[in-house]
Amino acid sequence: MTLIEAENAIIEEFSIYEEWLDKYEYLIELGKALTDYPEESKTDDKLIKGCQSRVWLDYKIEEGKIVFNADSDAIITKGIISLLIGLYSGRTAQEILSSDFSVVEKIGLKENLSPTRANGLVSMIAKIREIAMAN
Amino acid sequence: MLNLQAYCVYTRVYVSMLTVSEIRNLFPALSRKVYGKDLVYLDNAATSQRPQMVLDKWLEISAYSNANIHRAVHRLADEATQAYEQARDSVREYLNAAEREEIVFTSGTTAAINLVAFSFGEAFINEGDEVIVTEAEHHSNIVPWQLMCQRKKAVLKVLPVDENGYLMVEKMDDLLTSRTKILAVTHISNVLGIINPIEDIISKCHSKGVPVLVDGAQGIVHCSVDVQKLDCDFYVFSGHKLYAATGTGVLYGKRRWLDAMPPYMGGGEMVGNVSFAETTYAPLPLKFEAGTQNFASVATFIPALELSKRLSNKELENYNNEVRDFVLNALLSDSRIKLYGVPRGTNEDKIALFSFTVQGVHHEDLALILDKMGVAVRSGQMCAEPLMDRMGVTGMLRASFAPYNTMQEAEYFIKCLNKAITMLE
Repeated sequence: MTLIEAENAIIEEFSIYEEWLDKYEYLIELGKALTDYPEESKTDDKLIKGCQSRVWLDYKIEEGKIVFNADSDAIITKGIISLLIGLYSGRTAQEILSSDFSVVEKIGLKENLSPTRANGLVSMIAKIREIAMAN
Repeated sequence: MLNLQAYCVYTRVYVSMLTVSEIRNLFPALSRKVYGKDLVYLDNAATSQRPQMVLDKWLEISAYSNANIHRAVHRLADEATQAYEQARDSVREYLNAAEREEIVFTSGTTAAINLVAFSFGEAFINEGDEVIVTEAEHHSNIVPWQLMCQRKKAVLKVLPVDENGYLMVEKMDDLLTSRTKILAVTHISNVLGIINPIEDIISKCHSKGVPVLVDGAQGIVHCSVDVQKLDCDFYVFSGHKLYAATGTGVLYGKRRWLDAMPPYMGGGEMVGNVSFAETTYAPLPLKFEAGTQNFASVATFIPALELSKRLSNKELENYNNEVRDFVLNALLSDSRIKLYGVPRGTNEDKIALFSFTVQGVHHEDLALILDKMGVAVRSGQMCAEPLMDRMGVTGMLRASFAPYNTMQEAEYFIKCLNKAITMLE
């Protein structure tokens, strides 16, 4: 699946949730399922400075593709992280940079991107772009 | 386009005896909905909502009496100046300050503390002197002192809190030395909601000749403050937590200190005579009010304090205490919840402000879900990182009530909190 196809798939998946409660429940499930981030990698250099929740983002390069791994101490943020990783991990830098990252807004999580609330999330997207640009 | 005529008529019919539902009707925001649900606003420690009479006052000055204060002789300037100075009289009366010259308007609590830290520091602090703050302070009552101590090569000392959040007043004797020049303490912590024994602290300090600044950002909302009785040397607070417009604050200072302190900022009407050789300063309080003041907003202290006075009646206080006790008991009886600032003995020194963490659940997640249920609470470090460190947490959830919050809202909050926790566990 291309990145655009993957983004559209998520947008479509979220469109079936009309109630915010269902959306959050889905994100909480996604968040709970994201468990591979090693404790020892929760170091300050991997920490993305956010407002309230802490987010750690790590990556490695495998066969020219960027593989991300991330974690957060807040479960809803972690759910969103899981979405982002699902989209952008295992892709080339060029593919990642072709995205406008508007998917978070399009799935109705725009309020999570408001300046007060989601410095962490905004910073995380910025960091993904930064890593892609450096590789 | 607002109909000013209608607004002004409406302003005059506010009732004098107020029930909770009548109070609520005075605040436009309290009847709005968020996400289709009735708003339950429990972030009052961050800022209160504004009553109609405050909005009206601001509009009246801005629409009809907009002119720079303290300078021109024309009619509009006179009206604006009168409103501003009348606000000073209202504040003086509200605090029972000895003189109106002891009331300085600032942009808020933070600005007032910065002013004192700077100007008091310039006048009285030398290398090796000591300043005491407490572990319960928010950043606004820490950082200005830190900056001053760095500049003056002075030492900042900290009065600790115990694990419940009570100030360890007994440690003051060790902290107060012959080098101590000032102590700054919050009346009520914005995280713990415990009313500090500031009378004891002040008398202990005064017995050693040390002046005290009381940060009343929360205290002014929940306690009746008589600065002469308290005998504090400085008392500071913001207007926006006490129903007045944002961008307003008060510095009360005893005349003998304010007179001895140099200006904080220069310019505007804070001068006597200016020449390139020498500038003399205006007498109090204008010495500390440089530049064009936020006069339309300051004027809203008049209706805001009038309302606040009407809110301090026994009947309403009893009701507010019932709300406090209900929430307190609900939180304390839930084993998943850890409350910070648990009152010891009676609840009398606890205000309806509750900061807590939930076992295995992040405060941000709870706040996000509560928001969607219409409940506005605060989450995070509450601008008090040292206190978060002391309590060993990265953040908390805080629900802070105002006199206009009802028992129904308290019950709804507890119900929503339970539901949110169940979702997240």
